[in-house]
Amino acid sequence: MADAFLAVLRRDLQIALRRKGEVLNVLVFFIVVASLLPLGIGPEPNQLRAMAAGVVWIAAALAALLSLPRLFAADYADGTLEQMLVAPQPLALVVLAKVAAHWLTTGLPLAVAAPLIGLQYDLPADALGLLLASLLIGTPVLSLLGAAGAALTLGVRGGGALLGLLVLPLFVPVLVFGAGAVTSGLTGINPSSHLSLLGAFLAVCSLVGPWAACAALRVALD
Amino acid sequence: MLETSALACERGGLPLFAGLGFALAAGGLLRVRGPNGAGKTTLLRALAGLSRPAAGTIRWRGNPIGDDYRREMLFLGHAPGVKDELTVLENLGFAVRLSGRENGECGKALERLGIARLADLPARYLSQGQRKRVALARLALSAEIPLWLLDEPYAALDVDGIASVRDLCAAHLARGGLVVLTSHQDVDIAAAAMQALDLGN
Repeated sequence: MADAFLAVLRRDLQIALRRKGEVLNVLVFFIVVASLLPLGIGPEPNQLRAMAAGVVWIAAALAALLSLPRLFAADYADGTLEQMLVAPQPLALVVLAKVAAHWLTTGLPLAVAAPLIGLQYDLPADALGLLLASLLIGTPVLSLLGAAGAALTLGVRGGGALLGLLVLPLFVPVLVFGAGAVTSGLTGINPSSHLSLLGAFLAVCSLVGPWAACAALRVALD
Repeated sequence: MLETSALACERGGLPLFAGLGFALAAGGLLRVRGPNGAGKTTLLRALAGLSRPAAGTIRWRGNPIGDDYRREMLFLGHAPGVKDELTVLENLGFAVRLSGRENGECGKALERLGIARLADLPARYLSQGQRKRVALARLALSAEIPLWLLDEPYAALDVDGIASVRDLCAAHLARGGLVVLTSHQDVDIAAAAMQALDLGN
């Protein structure tokens, strides 16, 4: 069973490595969006510090959204998804492996780049650490929820826009508590409750997300 | 071993066939024929458990098809499931591992289908027929899977390719396997028990 998980994970990472452009696009999009805002708003340090976490989290959610339509589309088009459904391995495991690969190629690079963005907003060192921590816990949730959305909109014309309408509202709690952790750290409040809630979301979504995605994939291929 | 009774399928609300019943025993070959749109692919997808029939039952070893069934069934659909970014060998290796088995003999399987020299070529350089051969190379590694469901295995193949598939199927039937296939071309597979199923009339 673990073999199928590793096989899918390895294959998806291999494909991502051979299509570096798509991975880089997402990262560059994230950096550009997060860097544009201070230019538009002006160089008032207190204002920038206050909005830094929110901006970074919104940029991360949009960047995740940008990469999600491709999650199942290629496998759907070339018949691999069909093979995943008829395989004896549990489909949820295959979906979980695809989500893990998606996170490693989008969420993780975003989280690692975020402290650099934070410097532009004049965030202090401990807030940069909090930003990194909140993204490391929160971006897997975006991938998990996004997978369910991507599966639901598979094969639908104009699915990209629909996917946005579907998953962005679901991203709200992650956004609120992710940005909240950094902001509370800045104002001297203990941020651990925010991070714990993010962790709870991650636990719930890693159970519910693949299950919902599996059900949607079975319907899409019926 | 594989039985259906009163099977009915529809596509987009349109009934394709109804009251379909057949029984296929070990070593049996079932060839599904019919004009375009008769429901050949739909029948095979139903047999593979991908789509739910509108009515009727499909039984394998006397039980309704379920999780255990997927271990004993190989389904190759229209789309070859070959990734452009991966090499021929990586594609085959992944397909075999996904079906839960070791991928030791992949090189030999490619040889069997006459594409061993392409093993390290990225699949985006392959022709349609070569892609089909990559997908069909799994047959050479699936001797222990009893039931093969092949949707248009001859499509896009040349004479040599068709001969390889024919030989692989004949060998599978000879060792007691079951083969269900759809084809518009003549199927001259040596089989002890050959049945033909005509859809769409």
